[in-house]
Amino acid sequence: MMGRTIFIDPGRCIGCQACVSACRECDSHRGKSMIHLDYTDEGSSVASLPTVCMHCEDPVAPCAEVCPADAILVTADGVVQQADTTRCIGCANCVNACPFGVPKIDLQAKLQMKCNLCYDRTAYGLAPMCATVCPTGALYYGTLEELQAERPGVQVADTFVFGESEVRTGVAMVVPAERVQWPVPGGLPVVEINGKDVRR
Amino acid sequence: MTADPRAADGRTVVPLDPSLAPPGTRGFRDAGGIPADRWHADQNGETLVPTHCCFCGVQCGMYLRVDHGGKVFGVEPRNHDINRMRLCPKGINAYQQVNHPDRLTAPLMRRSRDEELREVSWDEALDFTVSEIERIQQAHGRDAFGVLGGASLFSEKTYLVGKFARVALKTRHVDYNGRLCMVSAAGANKLAFNIDRAGNPFSDILLTDCLLLAGANVGECFPVLTQYVWGARDRGATLIVIDPRETAVARTADIHVALKSGTDSAFFNSVLNVVVEEGLTDEAYLAAHATGWEEVKANVAQYPPSRAAGICGVPAEQIVQVARAFARAPKAMAFHARGIEHHTQGVENCLSVINLCTATGHIGKPGAGYGTLTGQGNGQGGREHGQKADLLPGGRSILNEEHRRQICEVWGIEESELPAAGTSMMEMVWQMQRREIRGLIGICNNPFVSLPNYAVVKEGYDTTEFHAQFDFFLSETAANAHVVFPVTIWAEDEGVMANAEARVVKHNKAQEPPAGVRTDTWVMCEIARRLGAGDKFAFGGSRDVFDELRRASAGTVIDYSGITYERLEETGGISWPCPSTDHPGTPRLFEDGTTYHADGRIHMQVVEWHPPADPYDDEHPMTLTTGRTVAHFLSGNQTRRLGALVEQTPRPWAEVHPSHGFRNGEPVRVVTRRGSEVFPALVTEAIRPDTVFIPYHWPVPTAANALTIDALDPRSKIPEYKVCACRIEHAAAIDEVPAPPVAPGHVAYPETQVSRTDPLPPTAPQGRGTSERS
Repeated sequence: MMGRTIFIDPGRCIGCQACVSACRECDSHRGKSMIHLDYTDEGSSVASLPTVCMHCEDPVAPCAEVCPADAILVTADGVVQQADTTRCIGCANCVNACPFGVPKIDLQAKLQMKCNLCYDRTAYGLAPMCATVCPTGALYYGTLEELQAERPGVQVADTFVFGESEVRTGVAMVVPAERVQWPVPGGLPVVEINGKDVRR
Repeated sequence: MTADPRAADGRTVVPLDPSLAPPGTRGFRDAGGIPADRWHADQNGETLVPTHCCFCGVQCGMYLRVDHGGKVFGVEPRNHDINRMRLCPKGINAYQQVNHPDRLTAPLMRRSRDEELREVSWDEALDFTVSEIERIQQAHGRDAFGVLGGASLFSEKTYLVGKFARVALKTRHVDYNGRLCMVSAAGANKLAFNIDRAGNPFSDILLTDCLLLAGANVGECFPVLTQYVWGARDRGATLIVIDPRETAVARTADIHVALKSGTDSAFFNSVLNVVVEEGLTDEAYLAAHATGWEEVKANVAQYPPSRAAGICGVPAEQIVQVARAFARAPKAMAFHARGIEHHTQGVENCLSVINLCTATGHIGKPGAGYGTLTGQGNGQGGREHGQKADLLPGGRSILNEEHRRQICEVWGIEESELPAAGTSMMEMVWQMQRREIRGLIGICNNPFVSLPNYAVVKEGYDTTEFHAQFDFFLSETAANAHVVFPVTIWAEDEGVMANAEARVVKHNKAQEPPAGVRTDTWVMCEIARRLGAGDKFAFGGSRDVFDELRRASAGTVIDYSGITYERLEETGGISWPCPSTDHPGTPRLFEDGTTYHADGRIHMQVVEWHPPADPYDDEHPMTLTTGRTVAHFLSGNQTRRLGALVEQTPRPWAEVHPSHGFRNGEPVRVVTRRGSEVFPALVTEAIRPDTVFIPYHWPVPTAANALTIDALDPRSKIPEYKVCACRIEHAAAIDEVPAPPVAPGHVAYPETQVSRTDPLPPTAPQGRGTSERS
């Protein structure tokens, strides 16, 4: 994970969507939120999960790797930037490549939209909008050491497994301390590709 | 701070100065010190105006972003020590009200309700209002005209509402919408402590070992307080939540007691019973600081867990578990909100919590204490300075000769001129039905959505001969009035509010009001002047009123005399009592165990549980309870117009347990003895099977308050919103949410209303997930 990054703790999330509203306030994409907020346990509990760009480190940025226009650039600090508007062709390859379902296409502008960790704010020592306003600390911005100092015993994970692929990310998740699984299952295994059963 | 006793058992101890910093964002800076053009993509020559949120009783600090043209256009987190830059979705979107197209910018008027409202000049609206006041008062007496204020007003304006009613209109009938909010807690605080405010600052939560939240949906109604809850838990505190629903804070709580609504006092009596049985009381504290303990102890003996478990519908073991966790904790705190206050025994419910805190000695210490979480921004300040039917500024009683004399001196009137005590807000509506009150001025409230039993409320207002309303958006209530005065929104005037800690904070003016809009202060003073009381209302603005308020509160318990605007800006807020300008304020009460009663003791009160007012029968076997959702605020007149919040939660729903056989989104008719309405079902296991929940922010035909009962607590006169008998049925189609009313010739800002007609319930009580939106 990156040095100073976002930690996501779904256990603390109250589903209030302050992050979604705050993301809309960013000057570079006013009125459009890059955050995904899902109620993951519908019908059973009020549990919720905010998702920001995980800023994949290894393999580095699958979204950037598949971009035919080389529009998605990765800065030296590990932040996977939003597709450069002068290059992006709105093809949605990145949407399909992202293991976490993060990038979206603005259909009107025909451009990709994605969290860039509030680069305009972090570059000036401000925290990203979502983590700044999050009322519970479910989105936390800082270093692992700072997180551990504030939350004794906290466990985080930055490696997720999708079928046979592992992805190590720049953004980390807080995982239940008493049952740490490593790496964290990132999603369902791939079952079918183009109508062909790929299960073994 | 002193060494933490938990350190001995080897657990990590987090060093922290809780008087300053809840954890989380330390180490960042806020944008206050950085010129905006250094970091904003939008280089607009903007400025940041430090102020606070207009919504709930937490009163988070925020900056309003003001463009080079002097208009508010955004929000920026502010590192104020209440909220440490955190904001909830309401707070983030609050600024969008300021230059909203639905704003009223000219007075509206009609001579009878058959006509449409039309825009008129200020003179015409004021002339008509004054002539109607004079006509009604001459024909039917002074008390035939009433005033209803609100607790989202700055304290200066709440002070002025009381003075305006009593000095300009000379009527006894003045009350306010805090009557629907936390008056039960106020009544209990006065009885037990003789001071009406929470005992501890929020930062004490970080020091506690056990936090009990009763009837407080903190995650949705006070989201930013959640950081204190987690701050305490990170240090090992136990969290107990008492709520019929598994709310966001209840979901992860150590103990969640999902009791039946309307049984709180039986539960807390039983908890105290266990505390006594197991010898966990703090007898030394009781002997030194309390009265009435023997009577309370004898009374709770009748509430063994076996009995209370039956009343409350919870396992008896859970009652024992709560008692042990709370009483054995070295430091424990209890907070409650509307969940236990909105009952015909609201005062008693609060008293039963106070009894528990007192008996265990958890009062007036760092990390130990008791408080209510006020719902409205100025829920605390709004009840302090005389807009309540029986109170005068400084929390003085209008029935007390000495208090009356003191206030008459400040106001420069004869004591014979000062009216007697009035009646509560709901009672005033009943008097309007009976034509005892024939004229009304409403300021900062929306009873058509917020009062219970809408049919009665509508009839009461329709019966009045004259009704004027002050607001910045046309509320459902204002749309029914004869005259509507367009007034400023919070960002267009300055003033103070007192949050749930009784900390007085300063709101600053960020922009000039639109042309045609006046401050509430100006309108009240102008009507007073036209009624011949101009010399008593020569106020240029909030600052002048605040100076008089400080004088009027001097020497009382609620002493503001040492608080000045300058000091508030320097300190970020001062808790009253603050008797002199070098006094630091009083964040924590009862530190030496002394209360504000003459004997200095906590007066414990015997509480007997009784069933709710609306009886259950075969036709109405279930419980209807109401409450809030995170994206909306009170009557929704503000938040139902903000696009992001409408998109998050477009409409109300009926939350039901899967055992009733409804599918999610299916129309469900909720029937009470007052009426019936059809909502989409939100089917979830996170609610008791015998309970239905409806959020109350919407007007008829989707108003929870068309179904609730107008039964009042005999002492606090709070309506029993939180429990009435109901049944649910299958229905053909859901009732549609109406658009918010707007001035004649306008349509409700269409871009904000796109999601309003979504027929589905939200994904969860907190709203629709981002993937469920189009």
